[in-house]
Amino acid sequence: MTAATPAGASAKAPPRALPGWVATVALLLPTYAWLTLAVFLPLCAMLLFSVLTKAPFGNVHPQLTTANYMVFVRQPYLLDVAWTSLKLGFLTTALCALIGLPAAMALKLGASGRLRSVLFLLIILPFWTNGLVRIFSWTMVLREDGFLDMAVHAIIPSAPSAGILFSQSAIVIGLVHGYLPYMILTCFISLLAIDDSLIEAARSLGARWPVIFLRVILPLVVPGLVSGAILTFVPVIGSFMEPRILGGRVGVTMGTVIEDQFTAAFNWPRGAALSFTMLAVVLAIFATFSGVLRQSAARADASS
Amino acid sequence: MTFPIDRRRFVGLLGLGAAAQFTTIGARPARAAERITVLNWQGYGTDEKWAVAEFTKSTGIEVVHDYFSSEPEMITKVRTNPGAYDVVLCNSARVSQVQAENLLAPIDFSKIPNAAGLAPKLRESPSLVLDGKTYGVSWVWGMTALAARTGKGALPDSWAALSDPANKGRVALADDSTAMIGIGALLTGQDINAPKDFDSIKATLRAMKPDVKLLWSSEDQWNKAFTANEFDVAPYWSGGAVRSIRRYKLPLAYIVPKEGAIGWLDSLTVPASSTKKDAALQFINYMIDPGFYVQWVEKAGAPASAYAAAMDKLPADDLNRVTYKADYLPHLQFQAPLSDDIRQKINDLWEETKAFYAQ
Repeated sequence: MTAATPAGASAKAPPRALPGWVATVALLLPTYAWLTLAVFLPLCAMLLFSVLTKAPFGNVHPQLTTANYMVFVRQPYLLDVAWTSLKLGFLTTALCALIGLPAAMALKLGASGRLRSVLFLLIILPFWTNGLVRIFSWTMVLREDGFLDMAVHAIIPSAPSAGILFSQSAIVIGLVHGYLPYMILTCFISLLAIDDSLIEAARSLGARWPVIFLRVILPLVVPGLVSGAILTFVPVIGSFMEPRILGGRVGVTMGTVIEDQFTAAFNWPRGAALSFTMLAVVLAIFATFSGVLRQSAARADASS
Repeated sequence: MTFPIDRRRFVGLLGLGAAAQFTTIGARPARAAERITVLNWQGYGTDEKWAVAEFTKSTGIEVVHDYFSSEPEMITKVRTNPGAYDVVLCNSARVSQVQAENLLAPIDFSKIPNAAGLAPKLRESPSLVLDGKTYGVSWVWGMTALAARTGKGALPDSWAALSDPANKGRVALADDSTAMIGIGALLTGQDINAPKDFDSIKATLRAMKPDVKLLWSSEDQWNKAFTANEFDVAPYWSGGAVRSIRRYKLPLAYIVPKEGAIGWLDSLTVPASSTKKDAALQFINYMIDPGFYVQWVEKAGAPASAYAAAMDKLPADDLNRVTYKADYLPHLQFQAPLSDDIRQKINDLWEETKAFYAQ
């Protein structure tokens, strides 16, 4: 009886049983609870560490300080390191976009059905292997007398050594390989959303392919490029595995410096302060870019 | 080297194992299966499969391992995982730093019969004894000296080889601030534990830039890069050098340079948070046993034992006897605990030097 009553009541007035926001909250709760636990709280702890003199483990009694944030001023060589990391981020992101966008277009325009699934699988395949394994495979390819060197010498026996392990190029190759799939996938999703009739309309109006690409496809694929760029740029400037293993002597980035603060120097406060400084730099870069993008979007809207 | 010696030793070990089993069974007839966790460098004695099997067979105590790739990482792990570890390898120079946070338990030597055989100088090293209590059992000692590829002309006899123009692009430095600043201190005639002239060390390390090909941080990485002919000269751990020669037949010579080398003493410690301290001490007792040491040297290669008589049980031409010559000892500067101020300076200087190498 008691069980039947609410069922009957809800049958009478189903739309008003729950306010809309309750459902929204209920659906979002697991996500936000998880994010609070796994991201927000650790981040708060790190923020606290960054203003302490010592990491508060064991029986140490740390004091509050802002000295950790002054490290860029006191040790100006870190500015060069930060600039190296940003350059690495821009270069890797640009290369990912240059390679990823054509690949995404090939998937959208040139392939369909079974072929598309196969190509998709090939793009996602690297995700199935451990990142460290992928990087170590690159060391075998790129080193002197490695696979690349052997291939070059098989074609031109007199060529100089093509081993490029322990260089900036090696780091960029490793990073592009690691983050390219993100760019392809985000661009592909943006391209899928483009209505084919838009392209047909442009062609029927006499536009050639370069014009269609520049005036129709590119503006519509910008959101995909932007999310791909964010997914690439942020991890790249914090990367430490690729620079360390593929970079050798030249592999010093903000990622490796921050890692050293945590694992080698045991200076968590300074590591945390460096991380938050880089976070601020990244947010500033995105704020600038999103401002520029919004303005150009507004201009495009106004002109159309 | 010859079969009869091996067999004699083998029989002796059998007897030793049987005796150990007998005493354990006598003491605790109904031992519940226990499991201890050891925190150590990977491939550094405690995780030799045969040793763990032998220990488990004679005591019923299971041994699992966790690893660290730098000493600060070890401290981080002990600090942040109370109760997780029962035996922790700790460089004697780090013991006071770890104990400053009361992370270690004092060693009850009455439960380690083998401790009587440890060289008194090492057992009572000032780095291990704090306020009259000993917090680490001296286990093995060794050095950080210079390794060079053989068959490339005259072998170097000085740390200056790391900045010699003849070795352009053929040097691998250790990505370890205390080791590298220590080498800088040796080259500039300073105390490795309390250098005063950091500027001259900085200049000395910067002069190595044209020679530096890569920085290594693990023995495995050292061996892989050396095998791939990435470098010819590098600072290296003595234990690693012996293993590389013995196990991988790498063409390298291990040299104590004329400026001296950095000596270290590794101890086995028991975290205060361990709930299986007796089992941990049993494992430590096994680890300092000359029987284990001789097998470790023969099967894998090991640093010098802190157990005084253990070295004498090795054959006269053994690689370990050649590597750890008694003549070297006066040339070694042993690592001691560093003050917070000096350690920070050392870390900062190395970080800055690495950034300089990268430019």
